[in-house]
Amino acid sequence: MGRNFKKKVTPLLLTAPANFWLWAFFTIPLISILWLSLTTGNTLDGFTLTWNFGIYPDAVSQYSEQFGRSFLYGGISTALALIFMYPVAYWIAFRGGKYKAIFLFLLLLPFLVSFIIRILTWQFILADNGIVLSALKDIGLVSQNAHVLSTPFAVIAGLTYDNLPWMALPVYVALDGIKRDQIEAASDLYASGYQRFRTVILPLSAPGIYAGILLVGISSVGDFLSAQILGGPSTTMIGNIIQTQYVQNQNYPLASALSLVLMVALLAFVVLYGRFFGSKTLKEFAG
Amino acid sequence: MSADDSKMDSGGHARRWPWTRFLLPVYVFVIMLYTMVPIAVMIIYGFNQAPNRRLTFAWQGFTTEWYQHLFDIADLTSALVTSIEVAVISSIIAVILGVPAALALARRRFFGRRIMDLTIITNLTAPTVVVGASLLGFFVTISLARGIGTIIIAHVAVSVAVVIIIIQARLASMDESLEEAAQDLGASPWIAFWKVTGPLISPAIFSAFMLSFALSIDDYIITSFVNGQTLTFPLWVAGAVKVGIPPQVFVLGTLIFVVGVVIAAATLVLQSRSNRKLKAEMAPADDWHV
Repeated sequence: MGRNFKKKVTPLLLTAPANFWLWAFFTIPLISILWLSLTTGNTLDGFTLTWNFGIYPDAVSQYSEQFGRSFLYGGISTALALIFMYPVAYWIAFRGGKYKAIFLFLLLLPFLVSFIIRILTWQFILADNGIVLSALKDIGLVSQNAHVLSTPFAVIAGLTYDNLPWMALPVYVALDGIKRDQIEAASDLYASGYQRFRTVILPLSAPGIYAGILLVGISSVGDFLSAQILGGPSTTMIGNIIQTQYVQNQNYPLASALSLVLMVALLAFVVLYGRFFGSKTLKEFAG
Repeated sequence: MSADDSKMDSGGHARRWPWTRFLLPVYVFVIMLYTMVPIAVMIIYGFNQAPNRRLTFAWQGFTTEWYQHLFDIADLTSALVTSIEVAVISSIIAVILGVPAALALARRRFFGRRIMDLTIITNLTAPTVVVGASLLGFFVTISLARGIGTIIIAHVAVSVAVVIIIIQARLASMDESLEEAAQDLGASPWIAFWKVTGPLISPAIFSAFMLSFALSIDDYIITSFVNGQTLTFPLWVAGAVKVGIPPQVFVLGTLIFVVGVVIAAATLVLQSRSNRKLKAEMAPADDWHV
């Protein structure tokens, strides 16, 4: 009995500290903002629970524009990241030869630059008198008062660049894991290059694409630093609203409601996407 | 692998389509160049003259002044020190909490395992803005004063899940029979861990530590909710954007980048060397993906 008991208790003891931390500082806070969102009050008098469910429709209708924009910008930058990174990951995985590790290292170099500086440099690149625009203006390709900062283009440029490595990594891992004999088998069956890609390589790399889209999508929809530094008043994303309402205005109920809506919307997207795309494409491509 | 490739091509069937032969390499080159541009901008602007000690977008002329006056801005230096402290402490805590949990999750079935898996997955997929917002709401509710302590708590809450995932993946790709053999030979589970499992997963522990260090030192979004009056490097820089960035920011960024490149390159070399060693020692058990 002693040994059996030990076998049962040991894993509980091993996981207890991590479980404590995850519950105390992740799960319970997440649940507690549901409570916080249904309260009314202010920071001086405190917040009391009033079951104010009305805050949800109010919050969504008041900030529907920012919600929509976040998903639009996030969607575009995720698509761009995939378009940019898939061919590169493909090339490294299949044509990198013995320098594979070095190419991958070069591709992941932006990881070693601080997140805030990665975004900040785009301010220098895209500024009115920055490197790109001043050169274009000098040769007369764009008008003298053309500007890019504060436009959706600038925000999406920042979001896209920032998340590139998170797309590159899972896609590369999936492509690199494809066994050469599977591709060779396709060739032996006289598959053309395109057929080989469409019927073997693409479906086998689908899990990597799936993971990359999730990683980049979630992080860019919820991001607010890119909009804060590269955007203007007309490019505010939902993350900016949550941050301002929480930290500056200390409107905790509204900010909590907005965070929960964002969380649930993203979760719904993850689940639907998993059902619809994750398993379906895998089967379809393979079959 | 390259041998396979050439065989495939000389085999006659399945010739490469022209676009993979010519267009693809060009595309790859252009994209790689694009990913390097911001890095180049950071390095170059660290050498830009700035008469008002704030960088302008236009090029003013070359100087190494900012490298000589690297630590002149006391606030910036102390924010960087805070960032490093937070990253070291939170990564150590995350590893101490994460490694035992990963061992249990990878090797045992136990009560509450599915809930824990679910918590970890939710944690990893939750948008950081929500994690930060909910932690601030929670700290306000329990009236815990915000500062370096709450920043560390928040960073551990994120990186412990990352540590668990990395260690668990490593354990899953490892043969359990080694540990069993040690225990059959009379080693207690504790000794088996220190003599067998521990050394085998030490590269994974190192990468988990480095990743959680990198996530912590980089974090802006979560920290901006729970920092109180404490400033980390990213928060200080974001605050300075409105008044203009001192060149030292890019110089420090460049130095951090160089240190990162050296560490990453060293790890790459060491890993490929130890992989080769492992492969040679355990020739039949191939396919050691790290």
